[in-house]
Amino acid sequence: MTKSFPGVLANEKVNLTVQQGEVHALLGENGAGKSTLVKMIYGILRADSGEIRWQGNVVDIHSPAFARSLGIAMVFQHFSLFDSLTVFENIVLGMDVRDTSNLRDEIGEISTRYGLPLDPDRHVYTLSVGERQRIEIIRCLLQHPKLLVMDEPTSVLTPQEVEKLFETLQRLSSEGMSILYISHKLDEIKALCQRATILRGGKVVDCVDIESETASSLATKMMGEELAASSPKQPNTHGELRLEVNDLNLDAEDEFGIPLRHIQLQAKAGEILGIAGVAGNGQDELLSAISGESVSGDNASVVINGLESGKLGPNQRRMLGLASIPEERLGHGAVPGMTLESNGFLTAFRRLGLLSHGFIQSRASRDFAKTVIDRFDVKANGEQATASSLSGGNLQKFIVGREISQNPELLVVSQPTWGVDAGAAQTIHEALRDLATNGTAVVVISQDTDELMKISDRLGAICGGVVSPFYPTSSLGIEQVGLLMAGASIDASVSGDAHVV
Amino acid sequence: MRQFQEMPMLFKLIKRPEPSKSMVFLSPVIALILTLLSGVILFQLLGVDPMEALYAFFIEPLTSRYGWGELGVKATPLILIAVALSIGFRAGVWNIGAEGQLTLGAICGGGIALLFYDVEAFWVLPLMIVAGIAGGMLWAGIPALLRTRFNANEILTSLMLTYVATLLLSLLVHGPWRDPDGFNFPESRIFNDAATLPVILEGTRLHMGWIFALALVVGAWVLMSRTIIGFQVKVVGEAPAAARYAGFSVNKVIWLALMLSGGAAGLAGLVEVSGPIGQLLPTISPGYGFTAIIVAFVGRLHPVGVLFAGLLLALSYLGGESAQISMNLPLAVTGVFQGLLLFFLLASDVLIQYQLVRRSSPSAVTQ
Repeated sequence: MTKSFPGVLANEKVNLTVQQGEVHALLGENGAGKSTLVKMIYGILRADSGEIRWQGNVVDIHSPAFARSLGIAMVFQHFSLFDSLTVFENIVLGMDVRDTSNLRDEIGEISTRYGLPLDPDRHVYTLSVGERQRIEIIRCLLQHPKLLVMDEPTSVLTPQEVEKLFETLQRLSSEGMSILYISHKLDEIKALCQRATILRGGKVVDCVDIESETASSLATKMMGEELAASSPKQPNTHGELRLEVNDLNLDAEDEFGIPLRHIQLQAKAGEILGIAGVAGNGQDELLSAISGESVSGDNASVVINGLESGKLGPNQRRMLGLASIPEERLGHGAVPGMTLESNGFLTAFRRLGLLSHGFIQSRASRDFAKTVIDRFDVKANGEQATASSLSGGNLQKFIVGREISQNPELLVVSQPTWGVDAGAAQTIHEALRDLATNGTAVVVISQDTDELMKISDRLGAICGGVVSPFYPTSSLGIEQVGLLMAGASIDASVSGDAHVV
Repeated sequence: MRQFQEMPMLFKLIKRPEPSKSMVFLSPVIALILTLLSGVILFQLLGVDPMEALYAFFIEPLTSRYGWGELGVKATPLILIAVALSIGFRAGVWNIGAEGQLTLGAICGGGIALLFYDVEAFWVLPLMIVAGIAGGMLWAGIPALLRTRFNANEILTSLMLTYVATLLLSLLVHGPWRDPDGFNFPESRIFNDAATLPVILEGTRLHMGWIFALALVVGAWVLMSRTIIGFQVKVVGEAPAAARYAGFSVNKVIWLALMLSGGAAGLAGLVEVSGPIGQLLPTISPGYGFTAIIVAFVGRLHPVGVLFAGLLLALSYLGGESAQISMNLPLAVTGVFQGLLLFFLLASDVLIQYQLVRRSSPSAVTQ
């Protein structure tokens, strides 16, 4: 199948075969054409050329409704759920049939059979991301599909939730359902799938049996070149204190927010401090409290570079050496409709003196944006391209680059590689590591546990607005991180010599 | 399972990857053409020769030097208000009550003229200007306070205050400020020369206010494109979370937007009473404060665009009068044309974000 968009050939003569009862992986970096391919299968996009055969017959899948009637179901990366409605109401809304008399029983049956516990009367905003995903899966299963397409389903789940999801998927495949599993996480694919089709730059590179491949051979095929091993950790815990959060309490700003309670943490020059946690446990609130977007009543609750700054605003904190990167790229970290030049100016104007008597120094701002684009290999149509025209990975590289290029002494970043392809993630991880090596204290808040295990020197977790103690990452197993993310204490299970900060 | 039946349509709308730059400028042109076409149909239905009517409406007013002067007179308040309103609109601050702020500017500035009606001194006019601006700011300050303190919607509060302002003016000219020698007509004294804006074009009524309007256009252009204040306004309007992240105060921008638009509307009110009108009357504006909203959008919220849009809408006022005189058409034609223009403009604006594509070609369906 071939599909082109203005300026891009997203899929070029792609072949894909999925057998009955098979868990088939679709592997590739972001921008490799995975989403385009599955959108054609699900009837959201139409191919320019090529054909789809369903159980041997050529079909023209012209709409998602038609795809569903064939027996194709899809769980998207981003859920389409209404927060203020209950689980049951959300499921009814997503159904093509309006007869809801037996629906409750059916939901109950499916959720027990496949290990997907859910209370149909709870409101969605009270649920964790893992539970929300279950709604989407049940929604699909209610249509008794023959092929289930899952787009990066594990990116926001705890290790325990991932394990449960895999059990469910294995049970489904043993009953003869085909599953097309899209991911760039190699260990997951090793654990779950039988075969994999690998895409790179819109073309199929290979179709392999997972059994005969190793994680690194898959990675090589996906990336097209040998991945440089991430630099070995040289934990430096003797640096000077750059950030101190002392008994920080902050009430939620609205009813869906999470109040922060008794937050205690320290970050030293030269280290990367990781904060794990499932989405919606107070990560955004913690980042705002450190960046100065929310101010605390207690000036001593946040100390930056030795200065009490709990009551200072974002720009005063920037002048003390802080840089921050929020999770949401469009609309928070960058203004979608503005150029990269303006978006560079957005946070850098104070530290880099891009302002003179209230007037914007446009030449200096332009040069700054150009520097960031060059240094971090941002693929964009020059510094006058709007932020919204960049792909997620490239915009993230620009934002990370913008903050790092201001030479911060303390960097707080949330979800640095969320939705970013493996190549860009590698660039970002290396940039963070280099920054720490050069003496910056880096705090990484992330839902991706693998990422934190890989890059952080010390690790803790946030759960329900409370931050756990921090432990040297080397002393923690994935199980223990999972426990921390669930708010449990692991003091007894960590080896005695691990010092607790 | 129910099958979704697609409607057989020739064209469909597809979201553009990037907003179209050319459409930003073409959209008002398309809207103007559609407005004129509707005008032709409208006049045809009224039994009037459309070409003659359109000539009377759009061309005849500009056939004399005096007519061009009148165009500037009508455009002055529209441009003054619309330039400042568009700064607020870009910040997402919807001041709909410029008409009321204009009225308060006229009351405060005119009040000074009446207080010193027997003083012929150079300082009277500057004092009136300051008072007019302050009056408009005061009136816009109420919605600003309510919005920033209690999160009350400024669309409602500013609009409601308009009616308070016009009633206040009516009360004053019917009562304490009525001309003692005016045979009980609800009008104030006529301002003396020191309280009247000088005419800048011989043989017309075009006055100093036009210079103020042009100066505001230039000032707003520099403010929005070159300064940190304009940058803050744009960021707050487009991405409030990013504004907070950058350390910009949303409340400050709300105050700035309302003070600017209130002050400019107040100045426009003062300019009207000390320019073409020359006294306080129960009604001093044919809806300039509301028409300025149309001007702001037709001008793409850009100061230079607003300058041209202000002239266009000013022409619609002149055209209405001219069509009434020469063809006996109702004055309401002006309102109809203004409404049609805004309607078509908002409809055409969809083409900035979306494009029309023939359905036969296999291409993306937006999710």
